[in-house]
Amino acid sequence: MLFTSYGFIGFLAVLFLLYYICPRKCQWALLLAFSYCFYFLAGAEYVVFLCVTTVTIWFAACRIEDSADRQAAYLKEHKAELSREEKKACKDRLKKVRLGWILAGILLNIGILAVLKYTNFAIANINGLLGAFGQTGRLSFLNLALPLGISFYTFQAVGYLIDVYRGTVRAQRNPFRFALFVSFFPQLVQGPISRFGDLSESLYAEHPFDARTVSFGLQRILWGYFKKMVIADRMLVGVNAIIHDADACQGAYVLVGMFFYACELYADFTGGIDITIGIAQTLGITLQENFERPFFSKSLKEYWRRWHISMGTWFRDYIFYPISVCRPMQKFNKFSRRRLGENLGKRLPVYLSSFVVWFATGIWHGASWNFIAWGLGNWAVLMVSETLEPLYDRFHQRFGAGGKAYRAFEIVRTFLLVSALRTFDCYRSVPVTFRMLGSLLTARNWNILWDGSLLGLGLSLLDYGILAAGVILLLTVSLAQRRGSVRERIAAKPYPVRFVLWYGLFLAVLLAGAYGIGYDASQFIYNQF
Amino acid sequence: MEELMEILQDLHPDVDFETEEHLVDDKILDSFDIVSLIAEINENFDIAITARDILPENFNSAKALYALIQRLEEEG
Repeated sequence: MLFTSYGFIGFLAVLFLLYYICPRKCQWALLLAFSYCFYFLAGAEYVVFLCVTTVTIWFAACRIEDSADRQAAYLKEHKAELSREEKKACKDRLKKVRLGWILAGILLNIGILAVLKYTNFAIANINGLLGAFGQTGRLSFLNLALPLGISFYTFQAVGYLIDVYRGTVRAQRNPFRFALFVSFFPQLVQGPISRFGDLSESLYAEHPFDARTVSFGLQRILWGYFKKMVIADRMLVGVNAIIHDADACQGAYVLVGMFFYACELYADFTGGIDITIGIAQTLGITLQENFERPFFSKSLKEYWRRWHISMGTWFRDYIFYPISVCRPMQKFNKFSRRRLGENLGKRLPVYLSSFVVWFATGIWHGASWNFIAWGLGNWAVLMVSETLEPLYDRFHQRFGAGGKAYRAFEIVRTFLLVSALRTFDCYRSVPVTFRMLGSLLTARNWNILWDGSLLGLGLSLLDYGILAAGVILLLTVSLAQRRGSVRERIAAKPYPVRFVLWYGLFLAVLLAGAYGIGYDASQFIYNQF
Repeated sequence: MEELMEILQDLHPDVDFETEEHLVDDKILDSFDIVSLIAEINENFDIAITARDILPENFNSAKALYALIQRLEEEG
């Protein structure tokens, strides 16, 4: 069931009515029932995978906490009579038990994700190698269905398990309550990847009807639909025209494609998250923000702090930090500093950990080489920037770079860099991407920008007008957000102003959205992950 | 504490670690800084800061970081 379908609107309406009619202590159970219903409608067979993840992670987390509690109780009870060595032996023994449970939980669930998502990718690569060595035999591809949102709910559940292991959250003992945390339907398909510590209190609380919160939630949903249906789905037409006929659309078209895809992805993903957070808000539940105006970043590093925040922090906390500070890496740190000197020696282990993170980020986005190339492209740029940072600092001090004009230059530079890297994602082929980026450097067809050729991309003059107005509106709202909540400020305006603004936005979605002639509301890009 | 202050000053000479209380929240220390810092601290204080200790409350100020070091030293 697409977020942009009539069925989904009806589903929400029924849930909303029942949610505020039913006894408040049953609200979380109603959400669980509707979440499973939503997932069942996406594919009955997928429910099994969701249940397996829920049950195994819940069980492992309870066992880990039991072990930690047993250890604490035993040490407290025998505090006086145990020697330091005996205490350490007790800790080590029970730590092994916890380690066993966490490894079992992670391996099983990441294993399910890996098998379903990457088996055919592995087969394709094996077949490629067989062909390269002149072998005629080929492995057959498997018909594996990828459950909706599996990357998101697996990461969310595994993050919870690690948090319980680290002792930063208490385990949820009620399996049904935990099932709601994993399956909460608005965030199931494209995140944000919530942390149990951040979401649980709000998720299980009783929520009385609050007109202001509900109306703010509805406004956010409407804004999300505007981004998705008026901008993203319209941009998609132009993007498809350029990438599907890559040979004919080289040179300046690649630049247009980069810009279109950057806008499409931003409007699509942030629009989807607006709808997600808005739905949760209408139910009184607070989800974490996933974006912080990323296209105003002055460097790629800053961009990744502000784009898809919940994914970035997940990789940082559960992959980057554990790898960077684990014992073998600490030993490698000492070794490399001794051999390569302080400067390079201490950077090398960080670069290595980052490499693993960016490889994982790339392959998480999709089981193909173009996503891996995209991830490693980001890694390379980040590492070069990190290495050259002292040089940049000296340059900034020497030339006094720091004024508004220079900041604007940095923002444009970051936008172009991000968009160029995204072409790996856009063309879905590493050689084609390199060819297209190369054609941009030797382009001689800049006249297509003004001679009407862009009208041949399936977008009319009216479409370009709507897109320009939409992008200007996005930019204006983003700039206004720097001074706090835009909805709060609109709410303080007189009724006629509010009516015109929100009704105008509603009409824009209705008239200029995916209901227009020639369009179909499309799947959200991040749903496929 | 002096040894820790030296490590911190080497990492970011421009930051006043005596008074700064939001090193992580205000993004003064990023993830690269934190892992570099941990490598230095582990070596100099002969302790093992693990991923579970990497919480904003442990890294937001020099004082909090020193408290973490002392705790890990006591735990041995």
